[in-house]
Amino acid sequence: MNRKYELVYVVSPEATDEQVAELHTQVESIVQRLNGTLEKSENWGRRRLAYEIGRHKEGTYVLEVILGGGDLMKEIDRRLKVSDLIIRHLIVRVDEEEGVVERTRARRTETSRRRRVARGLPADRQPGEGQRGEPDDDRDDRFDMGAEDMR
Amino acid sequence: MNGKRGSGGGRGKKTAAGAQGKDGQRRPMFRRRKVCKFCSDKIDDINYKDVKLLMPFVPERAKILPRRISGTCALHQRKLRTALMRARQLALIPYTAE
Repeated sequence: MNRKYELVYVVSPEATDEQVAELHTQVESIVQRLNGTLEKSENWGRRRLAYEIGRHKEGTYVLEVILGGGDLMKEIDRRLKVSDLIIRHLIVRVDEEEGVVERTRARRTETSRRRRVARGLPADRQPGEGQRGEPDDDRDDRFDMGAEDMR
Repeated sequence: MNGKRGSGGGRGKKTAAGAQGKDGQRRPMFRRRKVCKFCSDKIDDINYKDVKLLMPFVPERAKILPRRISGTCALHQRKLRTALMRARQLALIPYTAE
């Protein structure tokens, strides 16, 4: 049973960088203890909160992508709830949604290729083709917000 | 599900609306046909982490922009809603305007 989860937690702005790093290692150790794997970890840095939580107006956001079972996430959830430094956290299971996204994307490229071939065009879009202002590559760079790896 | 349909959600206001019956004094109103942003831009996953994408759907009052105004198709409005609600939980997007 390997599922993919995304965990985002908001650390209190009073926490030092070391404390943030320590929280990360804590999460990592729980993941390892319960036979999960940490796939990705990102520190978004300090951001303004959209509303006040407690008396805080900003927080440090950390994203972790974890492969593992439900019991692992339950344990992490419990730990995060207890921690005073963490002012908010969210766990979302993402593997199923990712599959759906992948399938729709694959189906779309497949139909477009078929149609292009039917019209006598090369299957893939040529550079410089299409409407102006439309980027040729559609790599997913929407989440690049100056995030850096935590390790 | 979306595969066979071309870009642009099925529904939406037709181009030249406002056919004013007999007292056609008023100028015919031209309304741009609304299309679903996610269908036309081919954005498959509406992700709660992508604040830049979500912000246009959160007007000043911080309510979720209704489909009737944004023209988003039903499928994508549903996905947008979950994304917005997740983002709200993480204080990436406000619940209300203060």
